[in-house]
Formats: sequence, C-alpha cells, structure tokens
Amino acid sequence: MAKKRVVTTTINGDTHEFLCKPQQTLLEALRDVLGLTGTKEGCSNGNCGACTVQMNGRPVDSCLVLAVEAEGANLKTIEGVACGNHLDEVQSAFLEGAALQCGICTPGFIMQTESLLEENATPSEEEIRFYLSGNLCRCTGYDKIVKAVQCAAEQRQAANA
Amino acid sequence: MRDFEYEAPTALSAAIELLAQANGSAKPLAGGTDLIDHVRTGRLEPDLLVDVKKIDELNVLELNGDGLRLGAAVPCYRIYGTPEISQQYAALTDSCRIIGGIQIQSRASVGGNLCNSGPAADSTPSLIVLGGVCVIAGPNGTREVPVEDFCIAPGKNVLEAGELLVEVKFPARAANSGSHYRRFIPRNEMDIAVVSVGASVVLDESKENFVSARIALGAVAATPLFAQAAGDALAGQPVNEESIAKAAAAAKEIATPITDMRGTAEYRTHLVGVLIERVINAAVSQARGEAICYKPGH
Repeated sequence: MAKKRVVTTTINGDTHEFLCKPQQTLLEALRDVLGLTGTKEGCSNGNCGACTVQMNGRPVDSCLVLAVEAEGANLKTIEGVACGNHLDEVQSAFLEGAALQCGICTPGFIMQTESLLEENATPSEEEIRFYLSGNLCRCTGYDKIVKAVQCAAEQRQAANA
Repeated sequence: MRDFEYEAPTALSAAIELLAQANGSAKPLAGGTDLIDHVRTGRLEPDLLVDVKKIDELNVLELNGDGLRLGAAVPCYRIYGTPEISQQYAALTDSCRIIGGIQIQSRASVGGNLCNSGPAADSTPSLIVLGGVCVIAGPNGTREVPVEDFCIAPGKNVLEAGELLVEVKFPARAANSGSHYRRFIPRNEMDIAVVSVGASVVLDESKENFVSARIALGAVAATPLFAQAAGDALAGQPVNEESIAKAAAAAKEIATPITDMRGTAEYRTHLVGVLIERVINAAVSQARGEAICYKPGH
C-alpha cells in the first residue's frame, strides 16, 4: 500500500501542510483532510465544474488533480473569495440575482467567474457562456447565472473606476 | 480510487527508467484529465503514476525560424495563450480551445490527447495537417514517428513499454499558408466530435491557387486519418468550389465510420464533405489574411 505523503501548499494565502495518499484527489484532500467543504463534489469526472478551484492562478477541476500534485502550489478556494464578512461582487451578484437554487454548483460557478473576470473584465454574454461551459447547473438554468456574472462585471468595473 | 504509487522525477532519464522498470504497470501523468478518471473508474489499473510535468523537455514550447516545438506535457491554455502560435499554427490552437471546458484546458495536454489515441481526439488531426513529428524517448534511445503513424487502434499507439512521448515538433510554416480545425457536435461545447476535420493549405503568390494541402479526419475510422489523397487533389488547383469538392470526395472515400449514438455511418460520411468545404475555406481565408467566419464552439 502506498505511503502517505506530506504536501505543503498555500491555500487562500495561508501555508498548509497535510498528509495524503497518492490516490486522493485534491478535492478529497480539501474536503476530508483540511475541512474546506465549500468546494463541492458533483460528477467526479471533470464534466460539471462543481469542484473548481484556482491552482497557480488557473481554474481546475479539483476532482481531476491528485492532492500530491498540489505540492508547492498556490491554491484559492471558495473560502478565500469573501473578505471577512464582506461578500465580493461575484458572490453578491449571485445572491442578489437569485442565480442558484440547490447551491451545489454555486461555489464552482463563482470560482470560474472569478477566473473569467480576472482574464476579461468586460465579457460579452457569449464569452461568459463559453467560459462557463465546464460548469453545469441542474436546477436554475443558466440565464440568471449569466446575468449575475454580467452584474458582477459591471459592479467590479464601477468599483475600479 | 485504486491504490498506486506516485513519482515526479525532474530528469527525463529518471522517468524513462521508472516506466521501463515498472514493466507496463506504470502510466505517465501529464494533465490527468483522462488518466485520473480512467483510474477512478477502473478502466486503467496502474501501480505507479509517473508525473512528467516537472521534466523540462516535456514543458518546451518554443517557436522560432525552424518551426514549433511542443512539449508533450504543455497544457492547452499555454498553447492558445501564445498569439504567434495562434497565428502561425491556427489549427492547433483551434483544437486546444475546444478540448473540454476552460478548467480542462488548464491541465489537459496535447501530448496526452495524442497518447490516449482516441479516434475523435480533437488535437490529433491538427497535429497531422501541420506536419507534426513525435519525438519518443525510451530505454533504447530516441526515435521519431510522424503523427499520422502514431495511433494504430482505438486507445492504442506505437509506444512500446517504457517509452515516453517527449515532444511533437513541427516544421516552419510556408509563406501564404493557413490552417483550421473544427468538429461537428450537436451542442456548442463540451462534447465529443461526431466528425472533425483539420486542414492546412499553402497558396501561391496570387493566393488564387493551391500549392499544396494536408487534410486529416477525426471520428470516421479506428484512428484519426491522414487524408493524403484529398490534400494532394488540391495541389496546383485553383481555389474554387470544384477543387474543394474533389478533395471532399477523395476524403469521403477513405472514411469508414461506425454507426453509434452520435450519428450513423451515412450521416458521418456526409459530414466529412460538409466540414471539408468549411475548413478548407477557413484555411484559405487565414492564408489570405482575411477574417474567418468561425467562433470556437459554433
């Protein structure tokens, strides 16, 4: 049986050291070892995007990353999005725009939207739909989500103006 | 998931040694977007995963006067994030933009796509039409194989036990050349090709005649197909509907698709013709410096 490994990473700005087996995914390590349960498991095969986190600045499906691959990486999860008790523009827009029902997909959509707005501060509807195509929502449908992203982009633009 | 060991060597020689010693029970891990899923579902049962992302040779992404060197572990986003590659090797970046969603593109490598050797692999037709050559390292040294000879059956390729795909290298692009790749899917994105076509064309000075062309097809045979006769049919011909129709007819001749949930064999053969016309026209537009009527996912 493979031995556990020590993995050292930066998660939401803090250094974390944890033990994991090679067969554990980053998603499993985040949730089961580190207690960061904001990141959700959906399909566990890279189709739904519910487990999206940022790894070294790129959005990834954490179900398709081995936890041992996170050695030395800089990770950002949904827990690192809000500033204290203040939701950021994307979180607020999803809340205000009722862009969720059951909420399982929401952390993934928010993480993916954060990456989108970092790359493209003023995305068109088509660009939003393309960038979010790796995230599935099975209850709300996508119109409210797209509108929430547009709203978040506008608010962030206004805040930075 | 199955219990396995994990190693992440930094030297190519160490990776080859680990793969060779494991006698077939080790798998190289690049982006892992297919591999990790296949291990989870039990389709693959490795005892060792050799993470190849820390090896310099597999991370090469170098464009110069001699051509393009693409390390086997380079993820899709780095490829389309390089504007010079999008401009000169457009078919390659067309492929990289539609493999999975953005999260998948952060990790998935073209080398991994090729080594999985699926008949519908989105990057393989592009590698073929751009003249890609696989550089393979193994216990007995290094060898080179043209991409069109790499895949031999669904999920199977020419790699021997202990061998590793290091990079795919491409010749420099000719003047007045253009390339394009697209697939037909019933959705806008996140789907497997029903049929796909890649093409690369070289035009003469007037940009009204083909000097040469390479065409490749996906999802219409047991492996991605190099449609050599279809490309050769365009050589020396004027750029017009008649020439392109001849190439399409030649490509349909070699397509041997299956009927499955994605489409019937007859439908797929028809699509080969439709896509060849659109892809050749787009590649010609690119060679002429004209705007291309295409958006990824449409």
